[in-house]
Amino acid sequence: MSAQNMIAPGFSDPVFQSQAAFRALLDALSEPGTLRRVDGDITPPEGMEAATAIALLALADYETPVWLPQALRDGPAGQWLRFHCGVTLVAEPGQATFAVIDGTAAEPTLAAFNPGNDQFPDRSATVLVQGAALEGGAGVTLSGPGIPGTRDIAPNGLRAGIWAELEENAALYPLGVDLVLCHGDGMLGLPRSTRIEEAR
Amino acid sequence: MTMHQVPAEDTKPAYNYAYLDEQTKRMIRRALLKAVAVPGYQVPFGSREMPLARGWGTGGIQVTAAIIGPSDALKVIDQGADDTTNAVSIRKFFERTADARTTEATEEATIIQTRHRIPEAPLKSGQVIVYQVPMPEPLRKLEPREAETRKMHAWAEYGLMQVKLYENIARFGEVTTTYDYPVLVNGRYVTAPSPIPKFDNPKMHMSPALQLFGAGREKRIYAIPPHTSVKSLDFEDHPFRIQSWTEPCGLCGAGDSYLDEVVIDDRGARMFVCSDSHYCETRRAEGHRGAMLGDAALTGLVEETKP
Ligand SMILES: [Zn+2]
Repeated sequence: MSAQNMIAPGFSDPVFQSQAAFRALLDALSEPGTLRRVDGDITPPEGMEAATAIALLALADYETPVWLPQALRDGPAGQWLRFHCGVTLVAEPGQATFAVIDGTAAEPTLAAFNPGNDQFPDRSATVLVQGAALEGGAGVTLSGPGIPGTRDIAPNGLRAGIWAELEENAALYPLGVDLVLCHGDGMLGLPRSTRIEEAR
Repeated sequence: MTMHQVPAEDTKPAYNYAYLDEQTKRMIRRALLKAVAVPGYQVPFGSREMPLARGWGTGGIQVTAAIIGPSDALKVIDQGADDTTNAVSIRKFFERTADARTTEATEEATIIQTRHRIPEAPLKSGQVIVYQVPMPEPLRKLEPREAETRKMHAWAEYGLMQVKLYENIARFGEVTTTYDYPVLVNGRYVTAPSPIPKFDNPKMHMSPALQLFGAGREKRIYAIPPHTSVKSLDFEDHPFRIQSWTEPCGLCGAGDSYLDEVVIDDRGARMFVCSDSHYCETRRAEGHRGAMLGDAALTGLVEETKP
């Protein structure tokens, strides 16, 4: 195998790194808008933030179809994910349990992903949104479960329409997709239960 | 307070860390993440057989096994006490399988697994409380068919529950349910708080801790994130009320804790004591004395702690 075809390693210590990554995700989604760090001790494949790669290593397997943007799906990231997680990569956003989207891309919108159904709202997609930064952008105010009062966040590098899409998503509650914004080794959860109070 | 430690040679077992295999943990972890995103909704999961008898809280144990890591400190309580058979065997299970540091001090624990109580000491941000749940479906007594209760939750059709509670009031003048008293979570799902006394229900409301619930036999996981509204069902003309006692704890004098009635001698004399044993011990160590503490120490019921 040439160096170019080699698939990059995943977790060096899968049991404990998966556990630590899961706790960061659990904290991120139970306290929306708080910045959580994951152990960045892996080299993610091209086009994937470390936090995205770590979240998928911890959670994805043969039971969870994954949607990736085509460039990632056809490149090293798709290969890496199939090798380490045994996932099926799907071309249709609506079939995915996990999805990775580029925060700046116009498509697919959040509405393209499975919001669950009224009897099984848990069967919805979790969307990992890769952005330019989790701070320093235009601010929004969040409220809802996991937030005492309100919480301000200002992620950067997201498409202009994302907050309106998130408001629509929250309006579907208890249906809806759950978001995790990923950049570097940082993650920030925006579950469907979070209301976007105001774009500032 | 006791720190439980196990020798290192006990911690290199033939099974996986925290007993469950990695695929099972991932499945439970995915269910937990959906559970926190939809507070109070019961997420189905593929419950596994555990090496402890049914009724020993296998749902709670699976949740704890899926979340616990090397930096956690685990407290296990049963009926408020750390030293009951059930609590001791669950604690030993995690000491053996997860090399877990365990503690009886509520404030030191990062994970508290519980059956029947929420500790009296207020929980803090960063703590996780895991409830063992025998019956996760609050509507089951009204509607035995799962397909029907699932629709009732889907459409938030909770009229039947209100009618049942109101009939109770009409017959007895109050809601006679004293434990597992149903709550409305985040204004959306009617949820079973597990068989805790209704005295503990207000502690769930806007708690800074993360609350996770596991039902092994019924294969359900649900969650209440921190700072989430939890309202005990009631009526304007019959507001929800918690239990109260006419006397304080006989050992520590606490007037704000949940009390159990215990027999203290062979002539049938009784007294009321805190059900939360750690809370009671902490108060006695701080110098609080209940009216019966001297007698109880004399008969060997408790050790009298000198402040
Ligand atoms: Zn007491």
